[in-house]
Amino acid sequence: MLLQHAAAAGTHPLSGTIAEWVWLLPLLPLLGFVINGLASLLSASHLGPDDPSLAHGPHGADGHAPHDGADAHGAHGDDHHPVVRHRYATLASIVGPAVLALSFALALAIFLAMRGAGEMASPFVQTYFSWMPVGDLQVDAAFQLDQLSMVMVLIITGVGTLIHIFSVGYMQDDPGYPRYFAYLNLFVFFMLLLVLGANYPLLFIGWEGVGLCSYLLIGFWFSEKANADAGKKAFIVNRIGDFGFLIAMFLLFANLGTLSFTGVQAGAASLGFGGVLVTTICLFLFLGCTGKSAQIPLYVWLPDAMAGPTPVSALIHAATMVTAGVYLIARSNFLFSLAPVASLVVVLIGALTALFAASIGLKQWDIKKVLAYSTVSQLGYMFVGVGSGAYVAGIFHLMTHAFFKALLFLGSGSVIFAMHRAYHHTHNHDDAQDMRNMGGLARYMKVTWVLMWIATLAISGVPFFSGFFSKDEILGGVFLRARESTLAEAHLFGIPGSYILYLCYVIGLAAAFMTAVYMTRMMIYTFHGPNRTGDREREHLAEAPWVMTGPLVVLGILSAVGGWFNLPKLIPFGPLGGLEHWLEPVVGESTLRVTNGVLPEASHGLELALVVAAVAIGLLGIFYAYSQLKPDRLVPKREAPGEEGFARVLNNKWYVDEAYDKAIVQPVVSTSRGLLWRGVDTGLIDGVMVTGSQKLAQVVGWAGSQLQSGQVGTYAWVLVIGVLAVIGAFTLR
Amino acid sequence: MNFNLAIPTQLTIALGPDLLLMFGAMVLLLFAAWRPESARHQRSVGVWSLVLTVLTLNATIWYLYRGNTAGPGPIAVDNFRWMADIIILLGAGCTIALSIDDNERKGIHAGESHVLVLLAASGMMLLVAARDMMIVFLGIEVMSISIYCLAGINRRSARGAEGALKYFLLGAFSTAFLLYGIALVYGATGATNLSVIGERIVSLHMLKSPILLIGMALMLVGFGFKVSTVPFHMWAPDVYDGSPSPITGFMAATVKAAAFVAFLRIWLEAFPAAAPSWHLAVAGLAAATMVIGNAIGLAQRNVKRMLAYSSIGHAGYLLVAIAASSELGASAMLFYLLAYSLATFAAFGIITVLEGETDKPLTLDDFAGLWTVRPWLAVGMTVAMLSLMGFPIFGGAGFMAKWYVLQAALQAPLPQVKLAVVLVLTTVISAGYYLYMVMVMFMRPRGEGIAAPRATPPLTRVVIVGAIALVIYLGVNPNWTTRAALAGTPVLSRAPLPVVAYPTGVPAGR
Repeated sequence: MLLQHAAAAGTHPLSGTIAEWVWLLPLLPLLGFVINGLASLLSASHLGPDDPSLAHGPHGADGHAPHDGADAHGAHGDDHHPVVRHRYATLASIVGPAVLALSFALALAIFLAMRGAGEMASPFVQTYFSWMPVGDLQVDAAFQLDQLSMVMVLIITGVGTLIHIFSVGYMQDDPGYPRYFAYLNLFVFFMLLLVLGANYPLLFIGWEGVGLCSYLLIGFWFSEKANADAGKKAFIVNRIGDFGFLIAMFLLFANLGTLSFTGVQAGAASLGFGGVLVTTICLFLFLGCTGKSAQIPLYVWLPDAMAGPTPVSALIHAATMVTAGVYLIARSNFLFSLAPVASLVVVLIGALTALFAASIGLKQWDIKKVLAYSTVSQLGYMFVGVGSGAYVAGIFHLMTHAFFKALLFLGSGSVIFAMHRAYHHTHNHDDAQDMRNMGGLARYMKVTWVLMWIATLAISGVPFFSGFFSKDEILGGVFLRARESTLAEAHLFGIPGSYILYLCYVIGLAAAFMTAVYMTRMMIYTFHGPNRTGDREREHLAEAPWVMTGPLVVLGILSAVGGWFNLPKLIPFGPLGGLEHWLEPVVGESTLRVTNGVLPEASHGLELALVVAAVAIGLLGIFYAYSQLKPDRLVPKREAPGEEGFARVLNNKWYVDEAYDKAIVQPVVSTSRGLLWRGVDTGLIDGVMVTGSQKLAQVVGWAGSQLQSGQVGTYAWVLVIGVLAVIGAFTLR
Repeated sequence: MNFNLAIPTQLTIALGPDLLLMFGAMVLLLFAAWRPESARHQRSVGVWSLVLTVLTLNATIWYLYRGNTAGPGPIAVDNFRWMADIIILLGAGCTIALSIDDNERKGIHAGESHVLVLLAASGMMLLVAARDMMIVFLGIEVMSISIYCLAGINRRSARGAEGALKYFLLGAFSTAFLLYGIALVYGATGATNLSVIGERIVSLHMLKSPILLIGMALMLVGFGFKVSTVPFHMWAPDVYDGSPSPITGFMAATVKAAAFVAFLRIWLEAFPAAAPSWHLAVAGLAAATMVIGNAIGLAQRNVKRMLAYSSIGHAGYLLVAIAASSELGASAMLFYLLAYSLATFAAFGIITVLEGETDKPLTLDDFAGLWTVRPWLAVGMTVAMLSLMGFPIFGGAGFMAKWYVLQAALQAPLPQVKLAVVLVLTTVISAGYYLYMVMVMFMRPRGEGIAAPRATPPLTRVVIVGAIALVIYLGVNPNWTTRAALAGTPVLSRAPLPVVAYPTGVPAGR
């Protein structure tokens, strides 16, 4: 109470501490963007204007960084150019990671200040200037620092720093090297804006900004049409979700008159519990999340987004940006806890996505595609968490996932790097990402192998690895809330919420089984069994340089021990529920509201049973994969037969892309082409309006130039006519 | 303090910045005549003129922050005036800075050219201060005669001489209308003081008086000429094209700004009661100006003529603010003038860099592929074009300015919906030439035989960079003008002219 009073009086416990420097957090990456962007621009403009394709380096897109994408390599013929480092490569290698590291250091300092400040009941809001005062709408350029944004900032800058360092090695020979770091820095800037913004519009700017950077980085090697198309797909699919987000903001403003988080939180209660309005707002917000965080039905862009460089997949499409939807719901906990029906939808969609994506992951051959579907599936878990009101569990899984999935992606990057280098030496144009071309890599890259196993065990939920704790907490949370919560009392399509939650729990277990299976499959096909790369190529397989393995080691440690951040009561040692306690001021009230005011407590026996079930299903998956899969029987991709039966359906991703194409894309395209383009655009706009206005302008211009004769006498006559017209307008009426 | 303008000393103090500029200009005129014409002397007169401008600007800002007020009298002492003075002095400073480099290159050694800019600026300051028809006329004439001279300052250019003569002849013609209008209004009301006229129109029931109506009509013509509204715009393209580019910028931005401020003050202080009578004419002029100015702009390849038509189009937008006839309109207009002036000077600064040695007019071909040879100039020109067009964010203040004018039109006591629609539609038309310019710079290859532009001289660079930076800054944080104006006590000589306030009426405390 005293603290609240102090905050109201303007003396927040954080004021006067290093937290006042919060503005510097996003500014540092922005500075990096400016420097790297200038380096990229300057080097481009020196090449001369004659050939635009030269503007991105002497090799066009045929750089020497490993190309992700099946045919990226084959399209270029002889690619044995001498390796030319970019002229500003050293500058970018220093500036790019350094700004992130500084930002991370500052974030750590602020974190310590927050811990030192003790209990912090209200967020620390710093307003810089009034940005958009329009009528009743007052949007400030303000940052909000609270326990939730602090967690996100630490993840973003921490994991971001590691991935930037990794990129120094991975992208070293790319002709667009400074451009790459410019985009990556810009991404971090927008991501920090997203999590630090003190109101929905500012969050939305970050939201759109990371979308832009994602688009730029997916299409980083844009001279391949497939990569550029993937970028566009991500952009367009995300627009559908953003439409929902915008509508939600409009509704919030129309009903509450404010868009700041503190304002909406204060006014949320006036929307009424379980009302139509708050449910609609939450559903539209969630539509935004399905776009950004790749949930059914808008998940289709994420697998294609693997066209970008692999560190980008790790940072943007696994660890940070795609979790923005989870953050948005956790941030809007005061809304979702008022809308049990909307929350049920979130849980159901999350669970279905988890299962569906995991099933596709079972039959992918591209190592990055496996991880992409795995990401979609894990994001589903997070939504199950935050949707069911277990906000801490959702954020906890977001954190551990950031560790182990970043590790998996960077590990796969390391593998692809090695494969690509081997193929490069022998002028082989095979697919460097297809697991059928790998096998037995454990012998050549020990470090990567060990670390990726750690991550695999973590994601499969093997006890005492980080993923075990967070996934267990989500599944346990759903199970307990199926017994007693506002969600369980609500009805969705006439079905009682508790049934849906129990169903989602079962789906979650099934997805966990599949997760263990496809991850083990990936490890076996990549690292175990005989090598299928090729006899000549095999000699060139080697571990990546330390600048790449170093970040992997750090992530490996975090993946292993990340569970310590929030240990359950079942573990009789260590700091219990650290994260839960930390996030309590932000989500505590909402968590209690969902569970009808009582903390969800399970008896010791039930909790043990839940844990045993989760562990058993994970281990079962691993053993199933081990016993069923025979890496010795695999043949390289070139000689591999097509899939048959149900495997083919899974390999083709349930034909969802095809279905979307038939049901949505083609009708839209044909309407656009037939009606909008031929009819409206060429006919009406070009024909009548553009040509018409051109004609009109010509006529007016002709008439004007006839009058504009240069003769003063003419001018004076026109003036006199004008005088008469004006006098007429005054007097004739 | 509250000036009693009936006491000569207090009147003198209230005219402080104006007198400072005038006397300074006189001294500099003597200084300019002291030595024979030479490139070096031209530059030193220019630099001293800049110093004087900056001094006057400081004095104005000081007056603004003091929050002085005044009782009834021939001049106004209010923040509206000081803000207008700041726009004028910024414009004069930009013009002189650009002229120093431009004169040097063109071999114009007349140091008086800078003094003429100062004299014109002092006329403008008088004009925006005026609350009496006589002072209005005095200000307009001081300003106009200086500008006639400036238009022909390049004596070796035939086009310049032709433009100056046309400007003078037509200007004299229109001044006659203005003077005749003032005489008729005086005949109808027996007063030259604006507030007295306003009171007498009501108290003497003059609203239907043909003398007053024709007087207002003729004054409208006079101002319509000065701000180049259709159909009194015919002089503008020829004059803009013939004058040296910095002077063109001065005419397009600053002269227009001063004339508009006086226009607005007269219409809102003297003729508010007569709004039903003048509204149709003003709205008609606004619509015609927006449509015709922008439509003819589409057909231009000569860049300065294109900007001339663009400036005619902007006069139309500003007339919308006058037609709104409200406090919002007044504040929107000030912001618009500031944004428009900055973008115009940025554009003309870049034009002076690109102009060759010859008298040949600059066409779009000279801008083709500018991105490949001088990327920063291309970026600057893009921001200027986007700002003039009113493009959000990248166009900076231009967007906010248009937005404010639109808001003023829609929230006016008599909502100007039709004018608002015309404004938006003609903005679309204007995109046809503003964006075409951007397209040409970035997407067209540089033509054969078109020489690379010369290096940007330092002063010119300061003007371009400063103007662009301000445009963008004001786009992000448009409240700056409000704060500056509110820093003094915003008491006005009479109620209808507030300081720039949020046109959308955010409560003061927030």
